[in-house]
Order: sequence, then structure tokens, then C-alpha cells
Amino acid sequence: MTASPAPALGIAGQFEDVRQRHAAATLGMWIFLATEVLFFGALFFAYSIARAQAPDAFAAASRHTNIVLGTANTAILLTSSLMMVLAVRSASMEARRTTVMLLVATAVLGVAFAAIKLTEYRLDYLDHLVPVLDFAFDPRYERGARIFFGFYFATTALHLLHLSIGVVVVLAFAWRTHRSWSPELPHSIEIVGLYWHFVDVVWIFLYPCLYLVARA
Amino acid sequence: MTSASSPVATGDIPLPPNAVAARGSSYLDGGMTLRSWLLTHDHKRIAILYTLSITAFFFIGGAAATLIRLELATPMGDVVSAETYNKLFTMHGVIMVWFFLIPSIPSTLGNFLLPLMIGARDLAFPRLNLASWYLYVGGALFTIAAMLLGGVDTGWTFYAPFSTMFSNTHVIYVLAGVFVVGFSSILTGINFIVTVHKMRAPGLTWFRLPLFVWAQYATSAILVLATPVLAMTLVLLAVERLFGIGIFDPNLGGDPLLFQHLFWFYSHPAVYVMVLPAMGVVSELVACFSRNPIFGYKAMAYAILAIAVIGFLVWGHHMFVSGQSMYAGVVFSMLSFLVAIPSAIKVFNWTATLWHGRIVYSAPMLYALGFVGLFTIGGMTGLFLAALALDVHLTDTYFVIAHFHYIMVGGSVSAYLGGIHFWWPKITGRMYSDRWARFAAILLFVGFNFTFFPQYLLGMAGMPRRYHEYPPEFQTLNVLSSAGAVILALGYLLPLFYLTWSLLRGPRATANPWKATGLEWQTSSPPPEHNFDTVPVVDSPPYAYRPGVISPAVVQAREGTG
Repeated sequence: MTASPAPALGIAGQFEDVRQRHAAATLGMWIFLATEVLFFGALFFAYSIARAQAPDAFAAASRHTNIVLGTANTAILLTSSLMMVLAVRSASMEARRTTVMLLVATAVLGVAFAAIKLTEYRLDYLDHLVPVLDFAFDPRYERGARIFFGFYFATTALHLLHLSIGVVVVLAFAWRTHRSWSPELPHSIEIVGLYWHFVDVVWIFLYPCLYLVARA
Repeated sequence: MTSASSPVATGDIPLPPNAVAARGSSYLDGGMTLRSWLLTHDHKRIAILYTLSITAFFFIGGAAATLIRLELATPMGDVVSAETYNKLFTMHGVIMVWFFLIPSIPSTLGNFLLPLMIGARDLAFPRLNLASWYLYVGGALFTIAAMLLGGVDTGWTFYAPFSTMFSNTHVIYVLAGVFVVGFSSILTGINFIVTVHKMRAPGLTWFRLPLFVWAQYATSAILVLATPVLAMTLVLLAVERLFGIGIFDPNLGGDPLLFQHLFWFYSHPAVYVMVLPAMGVVSELVACFSRNPIFGYKAMAYAILAIAVIGFLVWGHHMFVSGQSMYAGVVFSMLSFLVAIPSAIKVFNWTATLWHGRIVYSAPMLYALGFVGLFTIGGMTGLFLAALALDVHLTDTYFVIAHFHYIMVGGSVSAYLGGIHFWWPKITGRMYSDRWARFAAILLFVGFNFTFFPQYLLGMAGMPRRYHEYPPEFQTLNVLSSAGAVILALGYLLPLFYLTWSLLRGPRATANPWKATGLEWQTSSPPPEHNFDTVPVVDSPPYAYRPGVISPAVVQAREGTG
């Protein structure tokens, strides 16, 4: 049974044909993303309640986030999604070298995002904005601001974790595409793309919730 | 794995479905080495792994319940201290809810049967299925270790801010373990949904699916959409407890109601994760042993979906006395009444299926009929609790305990055991003693009612839950309940003996001992590794039973010679 494992890219034994396998994998990813929506959804819900209870503190705290780095990161992540979409397209046209380059570009932009985010964490620390470690804030808003930054770190760290997984997977597919072509690849890359865009969409919601509360 | 690349591709030789029953290879022939089990991708073997694990966890959770009932035999706190008592009911709840009831039917019977029932060779993602078992066992063992080496006293509900700011027990470890087990649920849900959508045999349209499959499908949808909310809630609890970020604790600027909303947004639908699969099992059993097609098949399928959908909208009925808005209470109360409608449709349709059938009181049928009765009582008392004014009186009393045990234990566990008995010949290839099994089913029914009916009365009289002492006037009913628990325990232990005997000495089962419909009965018992030697083609609706056609095994069971 497991003694003869399926070849890496062949049709696994449970499927009738490649089409069935593709359909299953795509649906599987969409349902996984539905799960993720509910996962982050609960977090955004908690954020909304907390913000409704301390609107002034959230506004004051939001002004202390680093709008320049946050905006730059938004642009970087959106560009990475563009690269991803182009990678999916070039894979479907079987343009192998272009696909590898675009996948690497996607991952590099992802790493750039992470690097900027970590830099930002460091600056936040220097600004005494990290609850538990070092937190000092205008006493009028201290309590709410602490909650705001609790959410800030929880949400961005969780997003960063998802992004890091994405970077690893994208690089793995870049390597696989580079090493040898297989007719499975366009479809697999498309599914990776779904995940990558989801991580991007999460950020699209995080950005205004964290950076633009009092700057709109 | 691939039948195409395997040198002995059975798919190459077209055989009529029943021809293989005589001397086919079975999924158990792959070996009995630890490796052949722990690295398997076969949904049937993974189902066995789940069955063994949930059975072990069930008896650990049961041991905690035994100590609880022992303590409550007298009004004084004489067996354990209040702290230990708190840890015991927490342990009982956590284990029974997350490590037994949630995975019970889906991960064991569902895992084994879903591909068989839809004519597939396996689930869509076999490796994910195995990963799901590892997450489950890893998380569960970790949690149980934490609970045995220290314990947790928050109750299985982890209400904040007690769990975040006040409890001095191993809350974080237990949260982490339950979090991990949650991902096992999610992965199983994804696997089942994709399998039902994409892997059905030719001709097997949605309205030709057995109701068991419909139930697994709806359950999976709940698992996929509700479990992540629990996961995030547990994360937020950890954030508050570890870092003092005020999310739920009002002293820190948080909102304790937020916790209850998030928690019950998962935990109420989770009740339907426990009971919908049970309903699926009971539909198969009632149809087979009354030799009648399911009455109102489409209504049954829609009722399953309706319960799943409405189940998402009733969580606030756990919070009537929490201080949520009165208007919210009214809406949640009305929606809770609404969910009784599809539930009642199911009960009426099972009853109508019996009508003019040739009813055979074999062991699986006794469990199924037990389910219908106990679920009806549990459901009706649920309506008491959904009534706003009455609930104020009954909140946090033994009435609530009795109500949800009627649904989860009287209902779900009965159905689970009924399913295990029904599909036992298919899973193991062996028959068991129907006489002993019927005895166990009756013992369970009697013991269950003895244990939990007095608790309704205690609750009406105002006895609160979660105390290890109580006023002396409650003792008579509590002694009745504890005595009933002894009978109930025997009802649970008995199958261990005669089913083990069946495994070792039981007569060989034929492919279809109950003369049941359904694709799983068209392959050999136990099924071959890839389930079917030829892909079945379906051209008719399910439950094509005709009253009057019963199998020799059923006659034997009926005459008590089994």
C-alpha cells in the first residue's frame, strides 16, 4: 500500500484523471481560504469591538504607527501579487524561465515586506510601543492604546507568519519549475497564487485598521 | 498508491462487484506492522486509528465522570476537594467534547464510509487525512498530560476573565492542545467537502447520496466555518493571559461578553457537529431495519442543511442571563425555536419510515430507536431552555446538564454505537453476537435514563451545576443518578468484550449481511485497499428497500440465535 508511493507528480491513486485532481485541489484551497477568512474574521471582529469601546485611544495610538513604512509595505505586497498573477499566467503559457523569474520576484518582494515589517517592529520598540516589553503612552489613552498595540502586534505577526509560509512555498515552486517542467505545474502554481493573494487581501484590511484610523 | 502504476492493478480486470467478495484481498492484508498503520494513507486504516484513539479518550473522560458521580452520591464534599472537583468536570468536558464527540462519528465511521458510500477509492487528500490524525492525537495527548499533571479548573468553556486573569492552573497548555486539535477538525472538514463534491461515482447525483453522506457534508461545512473562530478565540485568550492585553477582562478595558459571543459562535454549531452525523447514521439504520425507503428523502436532506445553517444563528441562547441586549435575546430565542422545525422533520420522517415497514429489532436498530427517543426528549427540553423567561430559572442548573447529555450522550453516543455495530461486519469482516449487543443497547438505554432523567428534576428544583456539595434534600435524586451511571458504565464496557471476541472468534461476515442498500455493501467485507475493483455506476435513488426482503443474518438476529 504505502510501500509504493505515488510518483511526485503523477496522478494519485484516488483520482480518476488529472482533471478530477485539479478540481479537487482547487476546491480544497478555496475551502481552506474560507476557513482562513473566519479565522481572521474573528480577530477583526474583536478589534472592532475594542475600537468601538475606546475610539479616541485607538485614534491616538494609530497616529503612532509608522505610516511611511506601512504604506511602502502595502505597495510592495500589492506588487508581489502582481508578480504572482503574471507567474500564474506565464506558467499557463508554459514560459518556464519567465515563470521562475516571476516566482522569485514574488518571493523577494515578500521577503522585503518581512524585512521592513521587522524594522518597523524595532522602531516601535524604540518608541516604547510594545506592551509587556516597554510601553509608555499618553496617560489619557494609555489603557486603550495598550489594547490597540496588542492587536497591532497580534494581527501583523499572524499575517507575517502566513506570509513566511507563502514565501517558502513560492520558492519551492520556483525551484521545481527551474529543475524540470511538468504539466502539473501551471495548475499547482495557480493554487499557490490563491493563497498568496489571500495573504495580500488580509493586509489590505489590516492597513486601514492599523495605520489609517485617524489619518483618513 | 496509484492503481495505474501498480503492477497488480486490480482495476484492469473487470469483475462484477460481488464476485470479489469470495476471495479478494482486504485493506487489512497490507500488514499489521506498526509502520503499516502509522504511515498509512488508506482512509479505512486511518478510521481504525481514530476509533482506537477516541475509544481510549472516551474511557479517560468517563473515568472523570465516574469520580464526579461518586462525589455527588452524598451531599458533603467527601471524595475530592472543591478544586479537584473543578478539575474533574473540566477534564470530563474537554475530553468528551473535543477528543471524543467532535471527532467521533465523522473521523471514524465517516472516514471509513464516506469514500465507500460514494464509490471512491479514497478521500480526495489521503495524506492530509493522516496529518489530521496526527494533529488530533498529538494535541489530545498533550492536553490530557497537562490535565493529569496539574489540571485546569475553568470548565470546558474557558470563560474569561476567570481563565485569563484568575485561574492558577494549566490554562495555556490546554488552550494550545485544543487549538491544535481544532486544525485536525478543519482538515477533516476540507477533505470531506472536496471528496463529496469531486469524487462521486458516475451517476451518483446529489439526491442519490445516502443521508449519511449528506450529514457528513453538512457537518464538514460547520467544522470548516466554525472551528477557525474557536481557534482565534483561544489565541486571544492566550494573548490576554500571557501579555495582559485587555481583550476580555473589563479591568483591562476588555469585554467579557465578546468572549462568550466568540466562544458560542463555535460551540453552538459544534453541538450540530456532534448530532448531525448521528442523524445520518440513524437514517441508514432505520431504513435498513424497517426494510423501507426513508420517508421524505429530500425533506431529510434539506433538514440536514437547514439545521447546519440555522445552527450558526442561535449561539446567543447560551447567553440569555449574560447581560446581552434583551432584543438580541428575543431574536436568538426565536431562531432557537426555528431550529426545532427541521429537527422535528427528521424525527417524524424516521417514525414514518417505520410505518408499514418490517421492523427487525437487531442491535443496531435498538441503538437507533434509542437515539430517536432520547433525541426527542433532549430536543424538547432544549425548547424549554430556548424560552427566555424559563431559561432565567434554569440557567446553570442540572436541567441544562440533563438536556445536553440527552442530545450528546443519549443521542450521539447511541447513534455512534449503533453505527459501529451496523458497519462492524464491513469494517472487520466478522460478525458479533447480536444477543449480547442487544443486551448492551438496552443496558445503555436504561442506564442512561436512570442517570440523566433525575438531573432534569434536580435542575427544575434549582440544583446548580459545577458544585461538589449540595443541600441534603437533593440526595435521593443524586443517588438515583449515580446508580444509573453504574448501569450506563456497564453498557459502555460490555461491547469491549463481545466485540473483541468477534474480532478474534467471530464468524466471517459476507459482503452484505444485512441485505442493505448502499455502495459500501457492494464490495467485500472487509473492503479491498482501493475499495472497489471496478468503479461502481449508480442509476437509482438510495434506500431501494422493499418490505419483505430480509436477509438470513437478520432473521437469525430476529429469532435470537445470533
